Amino acid sequence: MAALAESKVLEREEIGRYGRQLILPEWGVQGQLKMKSASVLIVGAGGLGCPAAQYLAAAGIGHLGVVDYDSVEVSNLHRQILHTEGRVGVTKVSSAQESIQSLNSKVKVTPHHLVLNSTNALNIIKDYDVILDASDNVATRYLLNDSCVLLKKPLVSGSALRFEGQLTVYNYKGGPCYRCLFPCPPPPHCVTNCSEGGVVGVVPGVIGSLQALEAMKIITDIGDSMISKLLLFDGFSGTFRHIKLRERNPECSICGDDPIIKELIDYEQFCGSKPNDKERQKELLTENQRISCADYKALLDEGVPHLLLDVREPVEYDICHLPHSHNIPLSQLQKSKDILSLLNTPLSDDNKRVFVICRRGNDSQVAVHLLEESVSNLQLSVSDIKGGLTEWSHSIDKNFPLY
Amino acid sequence: MPLSVEIEFSGGAELLFNKIKKHKIELPDKMGVANTWTIRDLIGWIKENLLCERPELFVQGESVRPGILVMINNIDWDLVGGLDYVINNNDTILFISTLHGG
Ligand SMILES: [Zn+2]
Repeated sequence: MAALAESKVLEREEIGRYGRQLILPEWGVQGQLKMKSASVLIVGAGGLGCPAAQYLAAAGIGHLGVVDYDSVEVSNLHRQILHTEGRVGVTKVSSAQESIQSLNSKVKVTPHHLVLNSTNALNIIKDYDVILDASDNVATRYLLNDSCVLLKKPLVSGSALRFEGQLTVYNYKGGPCYRCLFPCPPPPHCVTNCSEGGVVGVVPGVIGSLQALEAMKIITDIGDSMISKLLLFDGFSGTFRHIKLRERNPECSICGDDPIIKELIDYEQFCGSKPNDKERQKELLTENQRISCADYKALLDEGVPHLLLDVREPVEYDICHLPHSHNIPLSQLQKSKDILSLLNTPLSDDNKRVFVICRRGNDSQVAVHLLEESVSNLQLSVSDIKGGLTEWSHSIDKNFPLY
Repeated sequence: MPLSVEIEFSGGAELLFNKIKKHKIELPDKMGVANTWTIRDLIGWIKENLLCERPELFVQGESVRPGILVMINNIDWDLVGGLDYVINNNDTILFISTLHGG
């Protein structure tokens, strides 16, 4: 891919369009010309990537690359604001491209519909000036960091979950890289994604917008970059907080003076998790401790006495539940010293069968484990309903809501 | 003299502490040993006295698990001695669980 031609002058319509930022002395014609000949790669066309792309396009970036392997889902629309109802099912990169072009037809947009990995990353990233990490998983964050260090590209990193967001700039003007801060990845079971943890759409909106701003400051070389600084945004308490981070670590395994890592590695293996925000399916139980939705439905239709325990949090139980279910959250089971008394009310003498259900069939397995340990002397039979309410909605009752 | 310290959790680390983000605590005098509290000591104290559930999501060995940053008065603990930093009266110590979602 050829670099964008360096523009020496602004056209009349550009002066009209970008006038409000042109008259800023820090920005000026020079800043606008730099934007016009600059390219930014946005990795992730989700909650962070959408607003970042929108502001960069609006401000007159020359070339935007967008990487995403996924397609638009209805549950994305509350935060991924380039996508529309009409484009559910369309790839996120082409949906983003369509929105960006209708906002600013002068921007060149390159959609990269793929999973970024060790094989393709360097070849894609090398063509861009600034990289935005708007991804949603740890493996991609390490992959982007290492690629940016190897190619000497600044990396503007954003993340968001629930009501909180974080922002910093890595590998720029001698500052630290992601590995300087996090030499080891977090254990996979400690990582929460947006589909499990939830997120308020405005929060990635704020962080993604700030990522665009940081990219614009790098391109035009103005202001103070978020180097060795971490911005914490807490939307719940309405606070922004600045943290002073460490400098580059001379012993860092990739950006150090004598790096051990000289090429990209296998990031799935390094992080113990796959680069996506989809649910992991656990397999904690043996087959005889589990029952399929169809078999459970058959028991239900026969009128076999049993207790159906829904172990989701009350906030989720309130959204939707099976009418005959009883709600005891897994967190309560885990904290309880006396699980038996929790079960006493819903459990009667003549029903010794307990079925456990949750959103996707992971927590229910943990709960079955817990119950079997603590009520083993009761001769209860405890099973988990495979795939949980998600599977129930897919295979038994299409009208049962998914969230 | 006991030390008064403000402990804060963010990025989801507070979920392990009854969802409470700010805790004002008093660290008692130590008997018989050097009367200083390091971050290492504090992490042990938090594990015993403040942590409500699943300690493996917060501690690993004598430190915090990978993915948690520790800030002492808004400065990266790496800049002030890490685990060996000696806590002063009225310090604010923030444990940030880094986010990965987007
Ligand atoms: Zn580094």
